[in-house]
Amino acid sequence: MTTTAELVTKGAFDLDWRKVARLGGLTALGLVFIALAGMPVGLDSRILIEKYLSLGYVSLLWLSLIMGWLMGKETLLEGMTATRKSSRDAVGGACVGALGGLGLAILGLLINTFDLRDPLVNWSPQTLDILTFGGGVGVVVVWIPICAALGAVGGALHLAPPKVAKATIAAILTVLMTAIFATFIVDVVSPLDFLYSKNRELKLGWALVLAAVAVGFVFSGGGQQLARVKADYHNTTGPAKTRQTAALIVVSAAVLIIIPQVAGKITQELMANIGIFLLLALGLNIVVGMAGILDLGYVAFFAVGGYTTAVLTSPNRGEDWPGWFPTLPWWGALMVTVVVASLVGLFIGAPVIRMRGDYLAIVTLGFGEIIRILFLSDWLNGYFNGAQGITNVPPADFGVFEVKGTDPRSVFYLVLVFAALSIYVSWRLEHSRLGRAWMAVREDESVAEAMGINTVNVKLAAFVVGAILASFSGAIFAAKVGSIFPTSFLILVSIIILVIVIVGGMGSILGVIAGSVVLVGILGGPKQPGLLQEFSQYKLLIYGALLVWMMLQRPEGLVPNVRRTRELHQDEFLQDAWLKGQVDTGEEEPAVEGGEVR
Amino acid sequence: MNRLLDIQRLSVSFGGLHALRDLNFHVDEGEIVGVIGPNGAGKTTFFNMISGMVRPTAGEILFEGESLIGLDPNQVTQRGIARTFQNVRLFANMTILENVMVSQHCRTKQNAFGALLNTKGFKEEEAEIRRNAEEVLGFFGTRLVGYRLEQPASVLSYANRRRLEIARAMATRPKLILLDEPVAGMNPKESAELTGLISKLRDDWGFTVVMIEHDMNVVRDVSDRVVCLDYGETLAQGSFDEVSNNPAVIEAYLGRPLEKKA
Amino acid sequence: MTAAVRAKGASRTKVDWFLLFMRVALLSLIAIGLLAFFAQQLDPNNAFARWRHGGDAAHTLTGDQYKGLVVTGLSQGAMYGLIALGYSMVYGVLGFINFAHGEVFMVGGFTGFIMANKLDEAGYWEGGAFIPAVLFTILVCTLVSMATAVIMERVAYRPLRGSPRLIPLITSIGVSFFIQNAVILLFGPGAKGYPSNPDWLQQKRSLLGLVEIEGIKIVVIVVAALSMYALWYFVERTRTGKAMRAVSEDKEIASLMGINVNRTIVTTFAVGGAMAGIAGILWGLLFRSVIATTGFLPGIKAFTAAVVGGIGNLGGAMAGGVALGGAESLAPLMLLEPLGVEGASQLRDAVAFTLLILVLLIKPTGLFGERLSSEDRA
Ligand SMILES: Nc1ncnc2c1ncn2[C@@H]1O[C@H](COP(=O)(O)OP(=O)(O)OP(=O)(O)O)[C@@H](O)[C@H]1O
Ligand SMILES: [Mg+2]
Repeated sequence: MTTTAELVTKGAFDLDWRKVARLGGLTALGLVFIALAGMPVGLDSRILIEKYLSLGYVSLLWLSLIMGWLMGKETLLEGMTATRKSSRDAVGGACVGALGGLGLAILGLLINTFDLRDPLVNWSPQTLDILTFGGGVGVVVVWIPICAALGAVGGALHLAPPKVAKATIAAILTVLMTAIFATFIVDVVSPLDFLYSKNRELKLGWALVLAAVAVGFVFSGGGQQLARVKADYHNTTGPAKTRQTAALIVVSAAVLIIIPQVAGKITQELMANIGIFLLLALGLNIVVGMAGILDLGYVAFFAVGGYTTAVLTSPNRGEDWPGWFPTLPWWGALMVTVVVASLVGLFIGAPVIRMRGDYLAIVTLGFGEIIRILFLSDWLNGYFNGAQGITNVPPADFGVFEVKGTDPRSVFYLVLVFAALSIYVSWRLEHSRLGRAWMAVREDESVAEAMGINTVNVKLAAFVVGAILASFSGAIFAAKVGSIFPTSFLILVSIIILVIVIVGGMGSILGVIAGSVVLVGILGGPKQPGLLQEFSQYKLLIYGALLVWMMLQRPEGLVPNVRRTRELHQDEFLQDAWLKGQVDTGEEEPAVEGGEVR
Repeated sequence: MNRLLDIQRLSVSFGGLHALRDLNFHVDEGEIVGVIGPNGAGKTTFFNMISGMVRPTAGEILFEGESLIGLDPNQVTQRGIARTFQNVRLFANMTILENVMVSQHCRTKQNAFGALLNTKGFKEEEAEIRRNAEEVLGFFGTRLVGYRLEQPASVLSYANRRRLEIARAMATRPKLILLDEPVAGMNPKESAELTGLISKLRDDWGFTVVMIEHDMNVVRDVSDRVVCLDYGETLAQGSFDEVSNNPAVIEAYLGRPLEKKA
Repeated sequence: MTAAVRAKGASRTKVDWFLLFMRVALLSLIAIGLLAFFAQQLDPNNAFARWRHGGDAAHTLTGDQYKGLVVTGLSQGAMYGLIALGYSMVYGVLGFINFAHGEVFMVGGFTGFIMANKLDEAGYWEGGAFIPAVLFTILVCTLVSMATAVIMERVAYRPLRGSPRLIPLITSIGVSFFIQNAVILLFGPGAKGYPSNPDWLQQKRSLLGLVEIEGIKIVVIVVAALSMYALWYFVERTRTGKAMRAVSEDKEIASLMGINVNRTIVTTFAVGGAMAGIAGILWGLLFRSVIATTGFLPGIKAFTAAVVGGIGNLGGAMAGGVALGGAESLAPLMLLEPLGVEGASQLRDAVAFTLLILVLLIKPTGLFGERLSSEDRA
């Protein structure tokens, strides 16, 4: 969008001081919270760059940079005055950073003086130690210049030429990523071992080299080339596009099949976990993203899938099952599981389907809890073994190849097959009669009803399809873990899957894939570790924060579904469209403004 | 002539408010009936009741001799009654084409398995749905077709939104189509054009039409018969001239000191 | 939403039949359970009881046990009711479920824990200083919870006003998650114990010779009743309260009438937060322990209470709370145990959720009717 905003020049110290105070205060609060939440101490043992930088310190550094950048950010709107970018931005960022640093410094002094360790567990000498870099108390003051400098860099990103700004960001990200994902990188490509020291700490020399490579990449126009390829792909249509898409799918499939062959156990395990959650997320995406039903008890179907498989395959399934009750191989159990899951889907779906959307959310959450409580209860102990769970679930045996938890690679391949199936299902349904009906129900249920759509049936269909996809996941989970406990099915799981769907982009299949890879891959599932194993304590906090942040800033998700974007940013979209002259103004005759135009 | 819709002693009240009282009404096949009445007379409520969105407290609605009472709106649409909404309610984030495709839901029957296996039946039905959609949209000239097909309904102008609403109702392949103030918010030229199209709905498409309208020119030009409601009761019925000269009707319209146009 | 009530001659779909079946099944289960309960009270060794208990006689409930259950249910229900008020008010005014309201309650409980322990260390948690100390603690808890609720509104919900109604609900789930885990990280994951109450609060005392109640339960019930009265007075009698009711009826018209809608909404959150804060400290005094996840279940149950009583209806919220507390405490022993369900008391939470489903199936507007603005009734 080109803007004709008027540019004003302002002096370096002619700042919006209220904004400085607000952002500075937020930075200070944020830093104090991070320190008291124990991140610096908890993450200090994870060294990113040998001898120089630990993840603990990174947790204290990133905020000032971002807040400094925010300080210089202005929303430009048509016809409004904007400020010319100048050293003012850097100064503003520095002030914000300095306030943040001040907050940390004061915290350090307070920790030194008072003892509040009783309620606040991290009000500890260790925290002080980190804040003072192991030196005397007075050293805490250096946080003010450190944060100010970072803030200034953040602010300065606005005035640097775009290439320089991009290069800086690329360099920082490359180094951080390489350092943080050390285990993973070495696991996949073991020759890259040389980048790191024994404890998988990035060597400083190589860190600089990587930064230089990133900068070089940006300046050689590598980024633009990538963008061009992407744009080309977007602009092709017809058979050419189909061909390109097919090629893309084949290549991705090949990569996915090859990686587990060359990579080590950690990666295989990680990919298997991502797959299991991807299956769940794809199912929830149909329910929440496509049909617009907020199901918070989605974990119930995962549990039903897991328990049905376990009961049908394990010798330890509980004593009260009648003698004729069969023991099946995994794939046989899967058939039954699908049927049971659809029935449970109907059973849970039918009573809630006519409720208001928000009531439905809470009631499904209630169902999710009821199902877990029943599996846990003494009452059904004879069937499900209560808290002891069902152990000894045998591996899934396909004759030529056996899927079991000790061999994560086999689990991954199994999951891959089902993920491919689920993606195909989601994609086909989205563009079918049923998918359109889901969309209509999401947009306006009573109009959909008046247009001849049986909304009850259509919504139940969404419930059932979602339940089946989740039960796949549960069945695989049972074979992978080899045992099933009620604690694997907390409401927490529902919420994490919801975060995956929302961060990825509601209603967007690609988004959901991206969401699972990024979130489960990096942060991990409810119990499964991700690449940032050190983060396990903090991951739920981050999930919560992400959910809020996404809803406030980017409700359409990272890889949005085009349609959904419009819905959530209706006004902006209309404004954009209007500026681009896309809005139809009634062609030959001027539109008469009706009273009800919204 | 065949009696298509027959309404007997229909009443509804919201709390204490009698929105409709003992209403008798009928429509014959091939008629265009205009429903007029001051604001708040209960006209929209009347449509809501026929389409199953509001349940009457008493009375009977017969469509082709069968009762509609207690049917869900989708079942009413299934039987062949389609409607538009006074306060245009399109599926704003679906494309224009999808808006019209989705409303053929009750006339098509491919289920999820057809879509998953991409069967011949599924492909044929999709093609058929699309063909119907384009045909219906073509009814309004070039306004809603071409590059427009893939645009979201939310970018349409107000008049075009109204047209799309009618197209969406037409796509359900109804016998009876209920139009709630189809020309509200349109300029005289647009409403004259739409008036022509309403006659065509009957002549070319074979729909029977009941239309609520405040614009008396439109009502006069197309209606075979006019019904005037006030306070939920029928004030007068007959040809436009009879009704418009009826003293009770004149009083209902003029006797209200402060009247706003919807 | 399609109309819930159907005229006679309505065509029933399969779903309708299934729902009818569910209603009948749930209600008859309740009826049979109750009958079995009365039968076992009369004759613990009756045939049904022996059948359901594998040949043994049933355990009858003594009068004292029964009264004890009622009182426990009542005090628990009073707290649910206090929390439910916040859900109900916010739903009435903004039309969305503030999922994080349970955390506001938890924050109250945590503040109480910190205050109580600090006061205990200083020797104020006993003897004559106890009552002022408790009152002071209640005050602080109320203020902290109030502040939490108000900040929540400002940061997370205000920017979302006017967006589709599920969006703020999802946001509030995130807020809830965030607060819970922030508290775990700041204060540690373990359970936090309150100092022990003075003896006179722990002792059972006889009330009019009818029931023996622990003093603390009386306190809980009395404080809850007083808070409820104060709230009722505030909403019905003060200008701000009237503004609140006006805003919940129609925001646009209220603002045309010169009511500051923003301020009224903040007040709603503040008042709801205050009630949750009081519930939090009462919870702490009663169970003498809080944990970061304390807010989750009571929060959802309080929402259940609000729905059971009719959302938006303040008296209903309180009554719904008591009904829920009672059902939760009585149903396992009066319905499930006589039916031969083992470990029935483990199913308390399931009872609460089943009650929610039952009420929504039978009377979706709650026992005492909803009070919602016109746009939310849809
Ligand atoms: N769902 C409802 N609940 C309560 N009252 C309602 C409801 N629907 C309509 N009414 C009332 O019934 C009366 C008739 O309304 P209706 O919308 O049918 O009028 P109308 O003739 O369509 O008016 P207009 O010309 O303004 O469209 C009005 O007083 C209205 O407020
Ligand atoms: Mg009307």
